[in-house]
Amino acid sequence: MKNMSRFEFRRKGYIEIEELKELGLIPPSERLVKGPVAILECPEEIPCNICIAFCPTKAIKMERIIDLPRIEWDKCTGCGMCVAVCPGLAAFVVDLSKPDADYVTLPYELLPPPRKGDRVILLNRRGERVGEGEVVRVWERNKTFIVTVKTPKGLGMEVRSIWIERK
Amino acid sequence: MTSPIDRRIYEHPIITFHRGRKIKFVFEGREVEAYEGESVAVALYAIGIDVFSWSRKLNRPRGPFCMIGKCSSCFMIVNNIPNTRTCILPVQEGLVVERQKGLATPPSKPLEEEVEEVELNPDVLIVGGGPSGLEAASILASNGLEVVVVDEHFKPGGQLLKQTHKFFGNVELFGGQRGFQIAELYIKKLAEYSNIKLLTQTSVYGVFRGGIVAAAGRNKHYIIKPRAVIAATGAQERLIEFPNNDLPGVMGAGGAQTIMNEFGVKPGEKALVVGSGNVGLIVAYQLVQAGVEVKAIVEIMKEIGGWFVHAAKVRRLGIPILTSHTIKYVEGNGRVEKAVVVEVDDKFNPISGTEREFNVDLVLLAVGLEPDTRFHAQAGAVMKYVPELGGLVPIRTRDLETTVSNLYVAGDSSGVEEATTAILEGRIAAYSIISKFTSGSRAQQALEEMEKTLKFLWEEYRSSPLLSRARRGKESVTVSREELLELRSKYPPPVSFG
Repeated sequence: MKNMSRFEFRRKGYIEIEELKELGLIPPSERLVKGPVAILECPEEIPCNICIAFCPTKAIKMERIIDLPRIEWDKCTGCGMCVAVCPGLAAFVVDLSKPDADYVTLPYELLPPPRKGDRVILLNRRGERVGEGEVVRVWERNKTFIVTVKTPKGLGMEVRSIWIERK
Repeated sequence: MTSPIDRRIYEHPIITFHRGRKIKFVFEGREVEAYEGESVAVALYAIGIDVFSWSRKLNRPRGPFCMIGKCSSCFMIVNNIPNTRTCILPVQEGLVVERQKGLATPPSKPLEEEVEEVELNPDVLIVGGGPSGLEAASILASNGLEVVVVDEHFKPGGQLLKQTHKFFGNVELFGGQRGFQIAELYIKKLAEYSNIKLLTQTSVYGVFRGGIVAAAGRNKHYIIKPRAVIAATGAQERLIEFPNNDLPGVMGAGGAQTIMNEFGVKPGEKALVVGSGNVGLIVAYQLVQAGVEVKAIVEIMKEIGGWFVHAAKVRRLGIPILTSHTIKYVEGNGRVEKAVVVEVDDKFNPISGTEREFNVDLVLLAVGLEPDTRFHAQAGAVMKYVPELGGLVPIRTRDLETTVSNLYVAGDSSGVEEATTAILEGRIAAYSIISKFTSGSRAQQALEEMEKTLKFLWEEYRSSPLLSRARRGKESVTVSREELLELRSKYPPPVSFG
């Protein structure tokens, strides 16, 4: 196991991109700009391999059940199945390949149900409002909504939740 | 009379609450409405009754706390019977319910209902219908053994019933399914076996000479003589000390989960959660799902106690986790209206001047669980105090037999962990019993399955650094067969089974 004491996420409850990079959980930048790809923000050795069982392209690898998930970036199509099944709601898909906007696919388990076309508040890992976005796709699996939001360019690595104001 | 207050949840992102037909019962002289399937305590809470009883000496109001039949804050007089645990009593048409002020007087007239005496001689008695007990029951039954499962609640499933999050682990261990869905799967599975007798709303109240276990059910008194017992009795929530910690609105995190997730009733409007272990983090997220505003989670340690992924879920919704903070006191008139938290120094002493006030009506204590080992202790099992496991637990072999012959322990009562390890422990105990009570290839296969499960549990699952504390605890109470026999002869238990 890596020396985790230098990481701050256990004290803060959110993780910095630098920490994710150091743990090998962020795709290389060449892959990020190519198109949608999964990011599993799963920095601890939880005994869990659900993402592997459901990944349709067998892109996720793990030797022991407690290992951190490793993605073979070129096998990952960014389909979002891991977003749908991850029990920790720690899987996201980002698409930084478009010139005018970024796209983030995230799990959502609150009401009201998100709908395509909704304008939503974008939240970062710290719960701060970082902008407004538009829901471009929603599907559901076992009560988890898998929501793709269009965000202002540059926010793809920041936005990790949405908030829908009740009318 | 229809109450102007209705705390029931009609829209929830995860759970569809299936309410039964409307029924009426009498509460302190007035007729109140409830839905079939609700407990008396929840039905009253749903219509705005915050106070369930008044304390014996100081007449202080008490509200819901554990909601699973472990504490005593919901004791009421029901149909003339005092000290009735209303949290595990289903509502029924025509019940007459009154709250207790201090100690109750004995019933003024004898019971009208007749009690039937029932004798049972199963191969295995399972005390507790949670994940551990239900897993064990289904394996024992599928191997042809006669099984009796006893649970105090009127619904089996234990604490699975109130879990809305998806379980970790692997697919074979229900990973990816939500807790309440796992309970449904077990209930469906158990119904397939005619050799399982499930006694709900029944309390095991004692072990007697000759290995007899007695249990009290609705109008039934059971005298059970099993060949083996798996006591999978779970755990109860801890309380911490602070002024007014008994004020209604201060409840166990699990108590609130029962109210909102099992019965679909909002436990409050604005909440503070004390403790950031997995229970605290998960309950905060579930509160948001139920439409409750969570002001903060406070944690006395410098680090968050639970898994990062659970913390990340609440942080990205903007809920602060205040580490190095604790609760100082709560205030309110008949119900919590305000909670004050304070920062602590390296020695956990409050730093004056750092107090912060939160206007909340709900303070949830997620400060740990304590194994419920009353059954094991009464049977004479040699116990050990293990802080890592939450308290006193029976010493056992790796296949979970205690120093009482053929008395097994599994799940949280063997030391607090979580539901997946509870399932694995139930499985291990079941296969151990099958290997003893059957012969030939069936016994051989059971041994193989047991070894496979033990290997997975100890060498893979519990090798996670996140589980190292519990693992250390479990190692410290697991002894070899020889050591067990030595303890058994040194401290001979008053009973044995088999």
